[in-house]
Amino acid sequence: MKWGLVAFLAVATAALVAFAWLQSGGLKQHAMFSAATPEEAVHALMSEIQAHNYQQAYASLDRSSDTDLASFIRDVAGSDGSLRTYSSLQTAEVSPLHANGDQALVRVRMNWSSAVGSLDDVRDLRVLRDGSVWRVVWPKPAFSKVPLQVVSVNYLSWDVIGRNTSQKWGAQDVDTPKVRITSMNAISRPGRVVILGEVENEDTVPAYLNVNATLLKADGSAIDEEGSFDLISHVLLPKQVSPYRIDFPGVRMDAVKSVRMDARSLLVPASADPVIAVSDQAVSKDGLNRNVLKGELVNQSGRPVNIAQVLAAYYDNSGKVIWVSDGYVDQALMPQVPVPFAVDIPDDVAERMKNYRVIVNHYSRSSS
Amino acid sequence: MKRTAHSHFARCKRLTGLILLCVLPVWASAAELHVPAVVEAGQAFSIPLKDAGSGQATFYLVGPDHVMKRTVAFGSDLQIQSSDLRTAGRYQVILCDSSSCTSAIFEVKAAQPAHLSFFLHPSRVPVSTRDSIDATAFVFDQYFNLILTPAAVDFRITPASGAGFSREVSTRRGVAWMRMDSTPHEGRVQVTAALGSMEEARVIQQVAAEACGLRMKAVASGSMVTLETDPVRDCSGNALPDGTVVSFTKVDKAGKSTVDTPIKKGIARVQFSLDGRALISVACGVVLGNEVAVNGKL
Repeated sequence: MKWGLVAFLAVATAALVAFAWLQSGGLKQHAMFSAATPEEAVHALMSEIQAHNYQQAYASLDRSSDTDLASFIRDVAGSDGSLRTYSSLQTAEVSPLHANGDQALVRVRMNWSSAVGSLDDVRDLRVLRDGSVWRVVWPKPAFSKVPLQVVSVNYLSWDVIGRNTSQKWGAQDVDTPKVRITSMNAISRPGRVVILGEVENEDTVPAYLNVNATLLKADGSAIDEEGSFDLISHVLLPKQVSPYRIDFPGVRMDAVKSVRMDARSLLVPASADPVIAVSDQAVSKDGLNRNVLKGELVNQSGRPVNIAQVLAAYYDNSGKVIWVSDGYVDQALMPQVPVPFAVDIPDDVAERMKNYRVIVNHYSRSSS
Repeated sequence: MKRTAHSHFARCKRLTGLILLCVLPVWASAAELHVPAVVEAGQAFSIPLKDAGSGQATFYLVGPDHVMKRTVAFGSDLQIQSSDLRTAGRYQVILCDSSSCTSAIFEVKAAQPAHLSFFLHPSRVPVSTRDSIDATAFVFDQYFNLILTPAAVDFRITPASGAGFSREVSTRRGVAWMRMDSTPHEGRVQVTAALGSMEEARVIQQVAAEACGLRMKAVASGSMVTLETDPVRDCSGNALPDGTVVSFTKVDKAGKSTVDTPIKKGIARVQFSLDGRALISVACGVVLGNEVAVNGKL
């Protein structure tokens, strides 16, 4: 009886210690230090990044990694209020590309969750054997530095003043901006109907606009109503043209008889700054063999853009918009620093498209 | 809550008036009420009751927006206050003594013009656009009764440059309106509706229409090329306002580069790096401009 109690207490203590070890990340640490294969080493590194243990993650890197802790953290956790700073690593898919006895090349597809959806970051990492374990070589991040300079910012901005809702009947008011849907195309995609096209601010003042579409049956009743949400540039300066895309999941094209479009605009204060150039746009294949439209964004103004969204419209040979895709850039756009972007193009669209146009939505913490 | 209670009270009063209208004429008899057939809004008048005998009676005034009840004494004239006759419409007066009731009907018409409500639409309009400006004036008296008798409203148009003009329009059932084209020159246009001494002014902004004959030129600067448009104007020669977006597109062996830049001081300017031959085009909204072919040796 006495020995039974002792044995029970010993087993219970061991179980509690094991539980505490697991809870404190001991398993991950064990995995890291027992990174017996290149994939395990990358998995362990991703686990540390996922847990925001950047120091431990940095400590696990191979010594030949040509990066310092600050640069490593800036690379994986973002900086300057970029989208990455508001994201967290959700999953990491690891696949070996090449391996020999002492080194290996491993592809990791990091999936970051953010307020605007998930973002993929695909990297090919070199992994080296270090005794009995494998360690990841983290490449030195290439952060562009711009020489110290003074950039004059003298772009226009518009303010709306003197609005008074208590004015008497017939008192003068300012009209909302005149916007026009210049093209509309309804297409069928797997499991959904998509309405896409372009809209122009025809006015001489900035407009905040929303494009909504209602799918109608043959009897005129509505099937569904949706808005363009973030697949549009909501703030349009005078004569600016934005693509839009409205998705109707679960709707079949043969059920749709007609579409009712509605572009609503509001007069809002706006700024013509910043101007973002989209340079070196080209269609190519990414590391996962998908069709992508790649290029670089260059913020030509003097203040940072925290979050940038690329909107791309694709046209067929008759000039009709056949697809609109978007992609968020997880780095902040610092003045004059080129930042790469890539947006997906469906394979069938890539085959048919003859031209494309890219615009950039931007969000700056100081102004929005 | 207060407003709701007030509106219930007003409804009750109206209902009482209707009931009185339906029920009281049944007893109508002897004492006749002599009222004018038409009264101007806000004009007091009296109903003679000197020959109606003596004693007291109850007097009701049922108007389009209110009902009034008071006790009156026979032998003196019954005064209807101007404050009870402010709303144009059909009124009924009812006088009930202990034995019978009598009633009469009269009309209150709007008084002299005292207010103009003026709508000018839109507030911005592209130049040289046909039938693009609507001006509508409503004529009211001092109690805001719409004046249904015709009145001549003078619409005076004063452009920022050039001679002004005016157009006289007679009201129809209280409303005068006109439609006109925008003039070929941008700028502020003041439209004033006038009737007698009353004037209401509104301002409309005539703005440049679509860009016309959009052209750019290339200026070499080492491995960079600066593209600058001529002053961007519409087909009437008006400068497009600063802030209007002009799109430049360069296509070279590196791919396509685009910059949407706003017009500043009448022109749009952008700089591209050059690497070999490039074709550069310019557009403003849906209007395309010229194309420039450049090579990297510029």
